[in-house]
Amino acid sequence: MSKVIVVTSGKGGVGKTTSSAAISAGLASRGHRTVVIDFDVGLRNLDMIMGCERRVVFDFINVIQGDAKLNQALIRDRRLDNLYVLPTSQTRDKDALTQEGVEKVLNELREEFDYIICDSPAGIERGAQLAMYYADEAVVVTNPEVSSVRDSDRMLGLLSSKTARAERGEEDQIKSHLLLTRFDPKRSGDGEMMSVEDVLEILAIPLLGVIPESPAVLRASNVGVPVILNEKSRAATAYEEAVARLDGEDLPMKIEGEKVPGLMSRLFGRSA
Amino acid sequence: MNLFGFTFNRKPKSSAQAKERLQILLAHERGSGPSADFLPLLQRDIVEAIKRYVQVSDDAVGIRMDSIGDVSSLEINIELPVDQKTEAKPVEKKAGEKKAAAKG
Repeated sequence: MSKVIVVTSGKGGVGKTTSSAAISAGLASRGHRTVVIDFDVGLRNLDMIMGCERRVVFDFINVIQGDAKLNQALIRDRRLDNLYVLPTSQTRDKDALTQEGVEKVLNELREEFDYIICDSPAGIERGAQLAMYYADEAVVVTNPEVSSVRDSDRMLGLLSSKTARAERGEEDQIKSHLLLTRFDPKRSGDGEMMSVEDVLEILAIPLLGVIPESPAVLRASNVGVPVILNEKSRAATAYEEAVARLDGEDLPMKIEGEKVPGLMSRLFGRSA
Repeated sequence: MNLFGFTFNRKPKSSAQAKERLQILLAHERGSGPSADFLPLLQRDIVEAIKRYVQVSDDAVGIRMDSIGDVSSLEINIELPVDQKTEAKPVEKKAGEKKAAAKG
């Protein structure tokens, strides 16, 4: 059974593409045939984060419009042979995406892959709507910051109303997970940043993982290697654990730096 | 618990404000939902209709929808300019603000 997972956030710059790259690389490392699709038409960036920007010949839009076969557009990762990237077009605009086209490509991919990761553009327009439309699950990437949390809440509203699963009605709805990124345990402990529990209380969806703010993320993007596959770092470990949970493992959540989360949350959580 | 309580009260926590602001805002936003989606379109249509008679700028029309209990009210504020150019038009001119409220 293949799964389509959208990585979305509403707000830009919170780490959707970084997370898409890390999650897809993590799933592939665990032995799953995985493809990651860039839905950000006109602002292609997943290729750079995955380090395959010089190997793009055909793209998602070419496939949708029948100018190329899916196999011609899929780029096989040089590090993991069960990981593929479907880049988007850098020159077209988002109107080149059609619902029928997206559905056709996803159906074709479902036959080949275990996991199909859809890297959503920021915003709530066509690209973002189509990235989530056919999803089975959603990873909502959020920073512990007011505008990001607000936008994530909006995305959760759209996920539960403007998607194929929502429109079909009662049967199983999209399963949404929270991925809290750029979290700084020290600032959170000092009361300068919302805590994991604060964000969870507001968004009320299950927590997939907490990725600490880490210089390793920028270093990984500098060299075009998904965080998980680059140097060993706290962010890489946190992503690995999040991927394991996404893959169905029941891992305990340990929030890096928060040595006594139980006590902290009891003191901070109740005071507000 | 109280022993800890006073230590935390002394330090103003911006994260607590962030959480509180979000909770208030989102309670409001989740409630308004898609039913208020037509407001921008309504605003555009009203501006267009008014423009046929009076010269008004696009931002001269303010529309607000409020719900208190089971009564929703639609408030429309239109700023009409005191403008000589509109004299020939068959419309009653009023300076300042005109307020119309429809209850439903």
